[in-house]
Amino acid sequence: MTEVVYNQPDGDPIVVDLREPSRAALLAWMWPGAGHFYQRRFAKGFLFMICILSIFFFGLGLGRGRVVYASTKPGDYRWQFACQAGIGLPVAPAILQAVKTSAGGDPMFVMCERFPPPPNYPKAKGSERAFYRITPQNRNGYDGPTLKDGFMAAPQGPILQNERDVLGMWHFDYKHNFDLGTLFTIVAGLLNLLAVYDAYVGPAIVTSEQLDAANRKKRDR
Amino acid sequence: MVHTMLILIAAATPVPKLWYALPLIVSISLVYGATRHEHLKPILIHSLRSAIWVTGFMAVIFAVIWLAGFWN
Repeated sequence: MTEVVYNQPDGDPIVVDLREPSRAALLAWMWPGAGHFYQRRFAKGFLFMICILSIFFFGLGLGRGRVVYASTKPGDYRWQFACQAGIGLPVAPAILQAVKTSAGGDPMFVMCERFPPPPNYPKAKGSERAFYRITPQNRNGYDGPTLKDGFMAAPQGPILQNERDVLGMWHFDYKHNFDLGTLFTIVAGLLNLLAVYDAYVGPAIVTSEQLDAANRKKRDR
Repeated sequence: MVHTMLILIAAATPVPKLWYALPLIVSISLVYGATRHEHLKPILIHSLRSAIWVTGFMAVIFAVIWLAGFWN
């Protein structure tokens, strides 16, 4: 059990019971707010959980479940995932998908399939797209291999700099929402690191000693 | 449902994409405030100050970019 006491310039000192700080930090990383629930700091636990998870899932929704994925494929080194992983278990499907698809397998939780348009595919508005979402209407008798969009799975197929690919399709389909979704999920992951810090060492409250020291320093100048 | 409502609210404004900043500012301010205090009241006061500061900072950046638009 670890207790931290913050002396206040006015009023009673604030006592925070961190219990087992390393266990609390691990729980806080795994699920936003869980570490604070473990420390019985329920109000802050709820606050962290609601704030962090709401923007994470809002971002995930903006990007239609495609903005959180792990990939080190050439042309698609997803550095953003390192920040998103700060939220712990909510990104676990992305790791499972990366493991599942690393040997070239299909992702789980397939949301749609795409296929290359056949040479004689009728030109229609938007037909400049390289791959089409398969629906009964536009499958048009195509029976070849498809590229599958999985929930939190990396885009299938090669990612090429100057050619159309599935990642390009995602940007085309979801426009600014893809980038906003990425931003929201990154911010959620980074905010959870603040919550982990708070669970591990307690809040960064300015104590009366620190306030005195700051005032002394100001006077000495 | 909430998402649809947010999109409708956003579509009704002349600067719809700016609405996306709102949940970010609220969450960042609250989480930052919570790492600086233990009790709810000081957390909320600190969050309000942070939110005002972030919004002010965004307004300054907006003004700089807007003025830069006249630089021709």
